[in-house]
Amino acid sequence: MTMSKLTNLKPGDTLPGRDYCPDNVQNFMYSAALWNAHRIHFDMPYAADVEGYPGIVMSGPMLGDWLTQCVIEWLDDVGQMTHLAYSNRKAAFIGETVTSGGRVISVDHDKGTADLEIFIKNEAGEVIAPGTATVTFDKA
Amino acid sequence: MTKDHNQLNMSGADKKHSASTTELLSEELLSHIGRTSAPRTEIVSRREIRKYAIATGWKKKEYLDGDVAPPLFHLPLFWDIVELDQLSPDGVSIDRLLPKFPLEKAMAGGLDIEYFRPIRAGDVLVATRTLTNIYEKSGSQGPIIFYEVVMRVETEAGDLVLTEKTTRLLR
Repeated sequence: MTMSKLTNLKPGDTLPGRDYCPDNVQNFMYSAALWNAHRIHFDMPYAADVEGYPGIVMSGPMLGDWLTQCVIEWLDDVGQMTHLAYSNRKAAFIGETVTSGGRVISVDHDKGTADLEIFIKNEAGEVIAPGTATVTFDKA
Repeated sequence: MTKDHNQLNMSGADKKHSASTTELLSEELLSHIGRTSAPRTEIVSRREIRKYAIATGWKKKEYLDGDVAPPLFHLPLFWDIVELDQLSPDGVSIDRLLPKFPLEKAMAGGLDIEYFRPIRAGDVLVATRTLTNIYEKSGSQGPIIFYEVVMRVETEAGDLVLTEKTTRLLR
């Protein structure tokens, strides 16, 4: 099982993504789990009047978590993620649907590793959180 | 001042001179590079893993049950907990590892993480944060200050769990 996934892997293969449309409840629970009281994530008058945002801002590291979900769900317990890098380039707001996805960049069959490109896109198709990950497949 | 400290300091200064047209970063400010926080120890609880896995919408059972933590669980585990009067009016806690910067509007940043071992319920983990770089670049809308903080997470026995480099921008 493990080896067949790696054996057949090639650059360009895509990682299935997911749509995420968090509401205020989920965004609140995320901030609460983090213990993050930054007002832009729950206080609409503050977000608009003081920081000039058109909506409640989705937490940046929540988008980062969805990148990890893309990798881990695709990996399906046949290996580990050993490296992750991402950045938040553009804000997304509650009410929007964002989509995760990715593709295989390179495969090292000898080492049993693969480098991945991952992303979160907004509804306009802009990549708002680009990232890369490295996975190591378990030995059969 | 250690030798390492001076080397880090010089690399910060080099980047500043190669990339910037303004001079926002004083020698005093750059002298904070190399500063390290006191180690922080936290116990990983099943309840906190479950809260985090549910709030982020995971489908994986071992995360939802709280047995193993999702890859970014160290963010809530080591998020600063301060008293109410230590929050700024925007609800953000002041990071005492950082000096006072001449620019203050925090922009999006990035994370770069290396993983060595998963985090499980019951683990006792120790985190140490180091301010590893400060540099300046000129952007289209004016100067930007970048800073980097490296967090090293280990078990109590000293086994490395992960290292994380955070890069943040100030305008």
